[in-house]
Amino acid sequence: MPERTAAPARVNDFTVRFATVNGSGSASANTLILKAIFRMGVPVVGKNFFPSNIQGLPAWYEIRVTREGWRARGPRIDLVVAMNAETYVRDLADVAPGGWLVHDSTWPRSVLLMRDDVRILGVPLAALCNEHFQGARTRTLMKNVMYAGVLAALIDLDLEVIRGLLGESFAKKPRLLEANVKAVEIGYQWAREHFDCPLPLRVERMDANAGGILIDGNTAAALGCLYAGATVGAWYPITPSTSLMDAFRGLCARHRVDPVTGRRDYVILQAEDELAAIGIVIGAAWNGARAFTPTSGPGISLMQEFLGLAYYAEVPAVIFDVQRVGPSTGMPTRTQQCDLLACAYASHGDTRHVLLFPDSPGECFEMAVQAFDLAERLQTPVFVLSDIDIGMNDWMTPELRWDDGYRPDRGKLLSAEQIAGLTKFQRYLDPDGDGIPYRTLPGVSPKAAYFTRGSGHNRFGAYTEDSAEYQDVMDRLARKFRTAAALVPPALADGHGARLGIVSLGSCDAPVREALAELRAGGTAIDYLRVRAFPFGAEVEEFLAAHPALFVVEQNRDAQLRALLTLETAVDKRRLRSILHYDGLPMSARCVVDGIRAVLAEGVRT
Amino acid sequence: MSFMPKPKVANPGLPVNALGLNRRDYEGGMSTLCAGCGHDSVTAAIVQACYELALPPQSVAKFSGIGCSSKTTAYFVAGAHGFNAVHGRMPSIAAGAHAANRHLHCIGVSGDGDSLSIGLGQFAHAIRRNPDMLYLIENNGVYGLTKGQFSASADVGSRSRKGDVNEQRPIDPVLLALALGAPFVARSFSGDKEQLVPLIKAGLACGGFALIDVLSPCVTFNDHEGSTKSYAYVREHREAPVAVDYVAPRREIEVRYAPGEVLPVTLHDGSNVLLRKLDPDYDPTDRARAAAFVQERALANEYVTGLIYMEPERRDFHTRHRTAEEALNALPFERLCPGAGRLAEIQRGFR
Repeated sequence: MPERTAAPARVNDFTVRFATVNGSGSASANTLILKAIFRMGVPVVGKNFFPSNIQGLPAWYEIRVTREGWRARGPRIDLVVAMNAETYVRDLADVAPGGWLVHDSTWPRSVLLMRDDVRILGVPLAALCNEHFQGARTRTLMKNVMYAGVLAALIDLDLEVIRGLLGESFAKKPRLLEANVKAVEIGYQWAREHFDCPLPLRVERMDANAGGILIDGNTAAALGCLYAGATVGAWYPITPSTSLMDAFRGLCARHRVDPVTGRRDYVILQAEDELAAIGIVIGAAWNGARAFTPTSGPGISLMQEFLGLAYYAEVPAVIFDVQRVGPSTGMPTRTQQCDLLACAYASHGDTRHVLLFPDSPGECFEMAVQAFDLAERLQTPVFVLSDIDIGMNDWMTPELRWDDGYRPDRGKLLSAEQIAGLTKFQRYLDPDGDGIPYRTLPGVSPKAAYFTRGSGHNRFGAYTEDSAEYQDVMDRLARKFRTAAALVPPALADGHGARLGIVSLGSCDAPVREALAELRAGGTAIDYLRVRAFPFGAEVEEFLAAHPALFVVEQNRDAQLRALLTLETAVDKRRLRSILHYDGLPMSARCVVDGIRAVLAEGVRT
Repeated sequence: MSFMPKPKVANPGLPVNALGLNRRDYEGGMSTLCAGCGHDSVTAAIVQACYELALPPQSVAKFSGIGCSSKTTAYFVAGAHGFNAVHGRMPSIAAGAHAANRHLHCIGVSGDGDSLSIGLGQFAHAIRRNPDMLYLIENNGVYGLTKGQFSASADVGSRSRKGDVNEQRPIDPVLLALALGAPFVARSFSGDKEQLVPLIKAGLACGGFALIDVLSPCVTFNDHEGSTKSYAYVREHREAPVAVDYVAPRREIEVRYAPGEVLPVTLHDGSNVLLRKLDPDYDPTDRARAAAFVQERALANEYVTGLIYMEPERRDFHTRHRTAEEALNALPFERLCPGAGRLAEIQRGFR
């Protein structure tokens, strides 16, 4: 028997799902609600599930209202706004028992909408729009804004906050502003007149968001590139990294153009493919510009040969891999952490690369800057591995901070004065014993010239096929990689002394932290280490050694982080159990809690 | 290759250019190509052109891909930085470097395999971007390092050293460059230094993407009867090709001819391929007619050489991008970073 009881009042703790049609203009209505809740001081999470399509396929948006300030996807759907007839059945099925479903009652849907334990709230949205607005496009768009008004009444959003947001969005378009406000108010009033508003699910003002912003990881990473002083960006358009370059372009247009001459302190190059994109980055960085490319898995596959060249010839490069579901074209708009191994060992031959794993937009900003510093310090490609969840969803983030005392770490780059003092420049020596050679830029002095090549070279930069000379350089590169382990952002531990430990990375952090709280509250003593970079520092080795039973939580099928840990640390791989989530949707804490409890129930030795 | 390194002793009698540098100051490392290789003549022409132009050596940046031709960037202007990229992808490296510092003289050296097969995409898009760059293709119709396969520039009917006949249509980089809007298109012959040096100088000076397709015969794998990229017949009745895997030392063959003269460079079984200078009436500013002329002459088995097309006013890469006059790699950080105050302003939009 399905349960049919009134759910207890759920103030600031519930999830709403909007089921819409891609390209119908629903995104702005969903963002409006997200921002309204955020401005009411209540922590909120927005997750967009959209198809690889321009118009017509189903899209969903979930808003989790979370007074605890969790950042992961909600554990259950309490209310669905079902605006897509094609997915009604599925959307209804997904509502948690005791929940609500709002639909457009202009047309009867009774046959499809049969569930005893879900309350159906019909609103004649299309009819109301036809009554109040003219033109097909306007009516479609206003239907979205109108359901926002309905929802505002149902979950008790402050209409003034919504009016304020609309006023900002349409500051320069008074007619649109008027229409939007009207649609919101019609929906709001209609809901108040016909339903018992608010529902037990409701939003109550808090003060949890002071000093916070809502930002997506791609925008934050673009800000990081701007602030790090990147001047050359090259890319080939690919979902989901395109918005990173779009954001960089927008920021540069505002902050990098001479107001008098219109001349630009940057070059953005749309390349013919990802092979060219990474080539442009390598060429620009070789020539002393901070250069980057945003891409995703298929782009990483295409860049492999060049990445090996940059590794071996020791040229800085910054690559943002906004990971999407693979293999192959996979599901381009769904999230995964599936490129760890492809990036860590990108290219043929003995290659290893520096990877950074931001957990949030805030770290996308910070790590973008760190990536440029590390790339120049280490003279090697540095990957920032974010994913669709981080890159394209708006996250509550503490306001980004910038230290005006920051100066780029150009690494061992010889100045004209230093070159003048040399008798002879030799490219691949290791005078400091850290594996990092000195480099020079073209155009400075004929004394500084050297030849960059991916073919065998000796420590002087000369072509070689001599075994000892070849090995000498390869061994120094290995030494350099050990140096990298001490320079990259360290892994962060939460708790110590437990016998159980979780190791995870990136966007898993949000669900893992929530799971950790639940497990600990349930009496399970468990520690957590969030790996923030590859190569792993000593702290990773220590955490692994200190915990007899370890869970590696990640979002791919083949346990790629676990594989990296077993390859690159001394850990006994039998002690690493995988909790894997790879369906393409952001992870919730449920997956982690259930996964760990299942293993514990089997009687893991701890 | 020769195993006798050239002595690096300045000859006090050598003439010097405006910078006080002599021709040898523009040389590079020792060539490891086959003795008599046409590419070495191209290298010598680049050295001569840079010397004559009195370019500060460090103002040059050298780019190449993979293959015999691409090795040559190590053999000229030792005082310039060089970048030997991956196969077929040199144009993107050069594009990035040129983006970072617009004031360098970029010289790219590629081959027919590098630019017309594996790197055709990058070559085509480099032309479209129109960077200020001299791009030389040392075109011999054959893969030398892998021992004699046809390249994409091999002509229909051309025979490989092993006797295979190529039946696929060649890709002509000159026609491609004309179609894609290159502002400077030329073809030359490695044995014709008199023509090549001025072309290199003009290409370096043209301000946009300057293509010189240099027919540069492979003395080891494509210098036999039946090849259309051979210069064995420049001198009549040269000796037969050497045995496989043995490279006989040869002396470079030099060709000199007056404008309008037609020269038999390669011949095979009654079909002639001719090098031909442009007649004085030719208009090198008419792109469509230039392309038609090159195609017409190709049907008659003639290579059109010399300056084929020039359009100096075409907007180059940095003009189109409205890039700052200063090199991007030299901009002070203070000018690039908007600072903490602006960050707070930017973030007002994220609430």
